[in-house]
Amino acid sequence: MDIWDPQKESMKRDEIEQLQLERLQATLNRVYKNVRHYKTSFSDIDFMPEDLQSLTDFNKLPFTTRQDLRDDYPYGMFAVTLREVVRLHAPSLGFEKPVVLGFTKNDLNCWVELMARCLSGVGVTKDDVVQISMPTWKILNTFGIQRGAELIGASVLPVSIKNLPNQVKIMRDFRTTILVTTPGFAMGLINAISSSGIDMITLSLKQGIIGSEAWSENTRNLIEKNLHITATDIYSLTEIFGPGVAWECHEKNGLHISEDHFLPEIIDPVTLEPLPPGAEGELVITTLTKEAFPLVRFRTGDLTSLNYTPCGCGRTHARISRISKRTDDVFVMNATCVIPDQINMIITKLNNGKEPVFQLQAERKKDRDTLTVIIEVTDTMFFDEIKKQLLIVDDIQLAISEFLGWNVHVKFVEQGSIDRKKQVLDNRSL
Amino acid sequence: MLRLVNINSYYGLVHVLKNVSLHVNKGEIVTLIGANGAGKTTLLRSISGLQPVSNGTISCNKVEIANLNADKIVKRGISHVPEGRQIFRPMTVYENLELGGYLVYKSSGKKEQKKAIDEKFDMFPILRDRKKQFAGTLSGGEQQMLSIAMALMNKPSLLILDEPSMGLAPMIVKDIFRVISDLRDEKDLTVLLVEQNANAALKIADRGYVMETGKIIMEEKSEALLLNQEVKRAYLGKDKRDIWKNK
Repeated sequence: MDIWDPQKESMKRDEIEQLQLERLQATLNRVYKNVRHYKTSFSDIDFMPEDLQSLTDFNKLPFTTRQDLRDDYPYGMFAVTLREVVRLHAPSLGFEKPVVLGFTKNDLNCWVELMARCLSGVGVTKDDVVQISMPTWKILNTFGIQRGAELIGASVLPVSIKNLPNQVKIMRDFRTTILVTTPGFAMGLINAISSSGIDMITLSLKQGIIGSEAWSENTRNLIEKNLHITATDIYSLTEIFGPGVAWECHEKNGLHISEDHFLPEIIDPVTLEPLPPGAEGELVITTLTKEAFPLVRFRTGDLTSLNYTPCGCGRTHARISRISKRTDDVFVMNATCVIPDQINMIITKLNNGKEPVFQLQAERKKDRDTLTVIIEVTDTMFFDEIKKQLLIVDDIQLAISEFLGWNVHVKFVEQGSIDRKKQVLDNRSL
Repeated sequence: MLRLVNINSYYGLVHVLKNVSLHVNKGEIVTLIGANGAGKTTLLRSISGLQPVSNGTISCNKVEIANLNADKIVKRGISHVPEGRQIFRPMTVYENLELGGYLVYKSSGKKEQKKAIDEKFDMFPILRDRKKQFAGTLSGGEQQMLSIAMALMNKPSLLILDEPSMGLAPMIVKDIFRVISDLRDEKDLTVLLVEQNANAALKIADRGYVMETGKIIMEEKSEALLLNQEVKRAYLGKDKRDIWKNK
């Protein structure tokens, strides 16, 4: 496999650290000057950027959370003026104050370079046909992957996840070699191919880059065995740009994180203390090259560990272990982040402002993920007329399905039957 | 090749360099741009041993050189072309080059020194034509070429240039930058270049650092700095759109 940027991707550890220190100091100088949130939070702990002498001093800095990004809506976290911004992403519109990210031209170019690294890392060349099958609500991901593939010179075919039989035909007729998609789609493809009658041997697929939600080694084995491809993982973080933050190479020994662009840390999610390499904890990321929307010590909520040993592929940047768990109740299903607080808001609105007691049950049935919202019935939600009762169930079901972009089931249960300590019951084995 | 980590320096009580970290890899041209008073010249002087460093490290090929005497730094293969040329005006071109090659004379004798001077004349033929002329009577561009030639006499591995385009006509600036670019391409010379003419510098540099009030605020490839709107506005001149709007 080719290394896209061997000078950067195979740097020695001391060269990586020097570059990180320079870029971190430059980033802190810029955010302190231009971003009110960071100026305030640094001043609160009596920290000036020139106080940072080494990467270990960095531990003193405060964290940035998703709530901070929402609180400073619309432009409070922008480090450049709006006229520098050529792209805006709004990945989660559910909250009253959504998170909106900005990108300068250089930010977009960086993203494209990082995607080219990822795609080259699994062997994509200019002779490949890259089919990007993403749900419509993940359209932002498609932009970066598409441009990264085009930079390499590959042919790109961006499609949705609908109409699997036709997608299989396109794969056969246009000789798709690389499939970038979600685990759900990849599993659905297996069934679609076998029921289409198309012989696997007529397909040119060789590689799957699977991401947007957690998927297990079992799922990998199934995909690889049934589609006759190598399947590798990719990590997306919508608060940075989407996919390309970290990615697996064919060694499948952790996901490479580009340390010349990101400074990763692992912290204990309870004590917030840094953890050593190898220990599992919450991934915290600082961006080193983002101009419009830099993030300092951003808590991702994802649980993983760091490995600094060079990889067998020749790359020397750190690797994170595959991510399947989070520190909070947020989970990913059908390539969407399901945030219990958002579901709570929707039901509360339909319940005349009264907060419900509810539980989210995620299950996998025949390779499809389903979500059931179980709600304890209350006076305001109970009607002795079945017709009225069904109406409210339908209303809630419609509202949540519309919000998530895919159908959910809603079920009412009697009061007291939900375990209040478990708001999320994820029965999928990931 | 050159690595600076957390360099701090003061003029009296004034903190002029605040935790400056940068590096220059072998064979690169790296430029440092910034407004007047940002600390660029001070930084170069601190590398050359002309400005004391209060803390931080400067290493050249992994050897610590911070606060070494200037002559020792020259012996380590770092040559500095200062701001404003600073050639010896009452001496001839040839004599200036002899002075620039003093270490060559000391280590290898007059013959080697003459050979080195002839090489510089091959590089800058105009200096051969003017070799007996007093350096103070040369034009600005010729003086700059002489200054660079003096610095190259010791065959340095790292050349530091402080505002080589200052006070020169645009056509001469083009020539000077072409010379710098050729030195990297043909002689594998590593260059750290400070410039206020950020456009010209970024066009030949591989990477750039932007300095503001003693701090580095940006480090990027030069193409990215040329695209950065803030850098454009602050250091590369107005956007064409702004110019037309004012008309």
